[in-house]
Amino acid sequence: MKKKLLLTTALLLGSTSMVAANDDLMAMMDDPNQWAIQTGDYANQRYSDLDMINKDNVGDMQVAWTFSTGVLRGHEGSPLVIGDIMYVHTPFPNIVYALDLANDGKIIWKYEPKQDPDVIPVMCCDTVNRGVAYADGKIFLHQADTTVVALNADTGAVEWSVVNGDPSIGETNTATVLPVGDKVIVGISGGEFGVRGHVTAYNIADGSQEWRAYSMGPDSDILVDPETTTHLGTPVGENSGTNTWEGDQWKIGGGTTWGWYSYDPDENLVYYGTGNPSTWNPAQRPGDNRWSMTIMARDADTGIAKWFYQMTPHDEWDYDGINEMILTDQEIDGVERKLLTHFDRNGLGYTLDRVSGELLVAEKFDPVVNWTTGVDMDPNSDTYGRPAVVAQYSTEQNGEDVNSTGICPAALGSKDQQPAAYSPKTELFYVPTNHVCMDYEPFRVSYTAGQPYVGATLAMYPAPDSHGGMGNFIAWDNIKGEIAWSVPEQFSVWSGALATAGDVVFYGTLEGYLKAVDAATGEELYSFKTPSGIIGNVMTYTQDGQQYVAVLSGIGGWAGIGLAAGLTNPNDGLGAVGGYAALSDYTALGGQLTVFTVPN
Amino acid sequence: MRNIAVMLATAGMMVMGQGAFAQDDPNITVAYEEDGRYFTDDGIPTYFVDEDGTVDWLTFSGFRRYHSECHVCHGPDGEGSTYAPALKNSAVDMTYDDFLYTVAAGRENGNSVMPQFGDNLNVTCYIDDIYVYLKARGTDAVARGRPAKKQAKSEAIAEDEDACMG
Ligand code: HEC
Repeated sequence: MKKKLLLTTALLLGSTSMVAANDDLMAMMDDPNQWAIQTGDYANQRYSDLDMINKDNVGDMQVAWTFSTGVLRGHEGSPLVIGDIMYVHTPFPNIVYALDLANDGKIIWKYEPKQDPDVIPVMCCDTVNRGVAYADGKIFLHQADTTVVALNADTGAVEWSVVNGDPSIGETNTATVLPVGDKVIVGISGGEFGVRGHVTAYNIADGSQEWRAYSMGPDSDILVDPETTTHLGTPVGENSGTNTWEGDQWKIGGGTTWGWYSYDPDENLVYYGTGNPSTWNPAQRPGDNRWSMTIMARDADTGIAKWFYQMTPHDEWDYDGINEMILTDQEIDGVERKLLTHFDRNGLGYTLDRVSGELLVAEKFDPVVNWTTGVDMDPNSDTYGRPAVVAQYSTEQNGEDVNSTGICPAALGSKDQQPAAYSPKTELFYVPTNHVCMDYEPFRVSYTAGQPYVGATLAMYPAPDSHGGMGNFIAWDNIKGEIAWSVPEQFSVWSGALATAGDVVFYGTLEGYLKAVDAATGEELYSFKTPSGIIGNVMTYTQDGQQYVAVLSGIGGWAGIGLAAGLTNPNDGLGAVGGYAALSDYTALGGQLTVFTVPN
Repeated sequence: MRNIAVMLATAGMMVMGQGAFAQDDPNITVAYEEDGRYFTDDGIPTYFVDEDGTVDWLTFSGFRRYHSECHVCHGPDGEGSTYAPALKNSAVDMTYDDFLYTVAAGRENGNSVMPQFGDNLNVTCYIDDIYVYLKARGTDAVARGRPAKKQAKSEAIAEDEDACMG
């Protein structure tokens, strides 16, 4: 299926050099011996055809080699493997290493950008970076300070660089970039600083800007055609990016774009989600706040939106919609459909038709989710596609300066950016999740450019009346909208999963374990404790006919901030002391790549 | 006026104390109260916790402001994180002036950077609130989480807040 998608692609692309660049990259993504893109492939399936390591022998897996990155901060993302070279990135200062896999991981080149440390304090929640991308003989690094740099993949020499945002108003970057055809597509962070989110395409050859699409604002800024861009099948009409905002609030409206990007070459559509509207105090921004919290499908060449779906109109809980969009071709009721599956921070697992944007499934992927009773699935209803908000958990209805308690999930969501995997063999999605609830008290804040613009006080704690842990690793059926199995975890699972043809699924834990479980049952087959907590994503490749599995350790990110000292539940009442497990009892800062194999 | 307040506060403390080891720490012990704000002998802001656990308004307000402005780096309840130090200890160990200065001016230590909040009204107008809340956490006078009971906001504190926020 994947092959079919790839073959037709070349025909659709315009210029010849563009076809060559893309062909090259897509052939690499299709070759399981390499790991050519952070997301495994354009579809973001994070699935490998390799089966040398499989459910029968994974119990014998051992560490093959390790590499210290030299940086002690949260390590998100993963290495890439292109041919015999592995590319490893670090959090700020965003070093890139090229390692020679044919020569025991010897360092071929190292690139360390000079960045103003002033960018550090405007990065909410640690200085993570989700990795480099490859295309056209170049390695693309999107630095914390929003500089996008193209490095010669062989030498590390800078071929071009371009500045995508302005850190002095809180614009920063944590995400990887998406190379498509003759462009690289890049996002922006800073929703907690009142940044207005945007997605920008730069020319792959020289870094010149091709298009930029804002998440809110006039039609010319958000790149819509009021007649043909649709929301749930209906044209969005004129001024859709301003008419659900009061006054000029959209100018500091949030909707940042710091998550993952996927691409369907047949449709030539890029898919991603937008973040929370700012501030976190909903009373300061009446209206639906379009197009924050929205799944977007845009034409890769022009940026014009084909369709939108706003999941959480008028966010009241910081449920950013930026998590990955996983593209699959599956049968529903005997009909083959092109699907998009998305596990949102708001706790709902969505399945849509990725061509039309039709909503097919929206179900809770954690049973404790309580802020909504569910999404209206009746196309004839006035509230079609909207989640029904439970008044008790509505921080808008409870009002400013009122503490709304017991809201599930917490602001970090039932799942954050840590990407899920999909196995076409089981047709299941393997999802790292959080099992955390919160109290949320919004209050009035004033906006100062470059200063945090939050406006809410939060307290988080493990989901009450459950297993006491803060996470689950689940298998999800996206057509039935049901959990197939669920493995409880003591801490939130903050590591990207990997599924393989060996019927094994890999993921990391915050304590630092790399785990392998049976794809069919979730039964644990292997676990090894790496030197620091894992918030990176598991990847796989081969070298000299041997399969390897690799992951970055290095505790940090939101998890390192929120969970280091453990959580307490204020609603347990007075006398409940000690709280829940503290990460600091299990792990400490680190920065290491651990590579595993099953010895012959 | 002030003397009466001192005596009242001292009497109150005899009964309930402010957390075991805080009692005779001159940087913690309440010497006098003024319009709902509490001070040490040296006129340094401090917290006040009643017998039944009721906290003064500033401590409660500090809990809210801390969790809005600081906790994204320093972790919940002043406990520290993988990213930044536990401020519940800093507030006790640092002088008030050093604390204020660090928050206003920021600090850079290689790749470890504390932002400047000097021109951020959401912080500067509430810096005493955050400071006394953290001192209360650092001496275990206030448990983790949201203080359950609080004194009402005094008129003077409300006026100061309005004047500061503009
Ligand atoms: C963007 C992250 C970030 C935010 C937000 C932040 N801090 Fe910090 N802060 C740091 C870091 C990192 C350090 C350690 C700097 C160093 O290594 O010297 C620090 C250090 C400090 C120190 C010195 C501690 C000591 O023991 O030396 C104080 C005091 C402080 N912060 C107060 C605050 C207050 C109050 C707030 C909220 C108004 C706040 N910080 C918000 C990152 C942050």
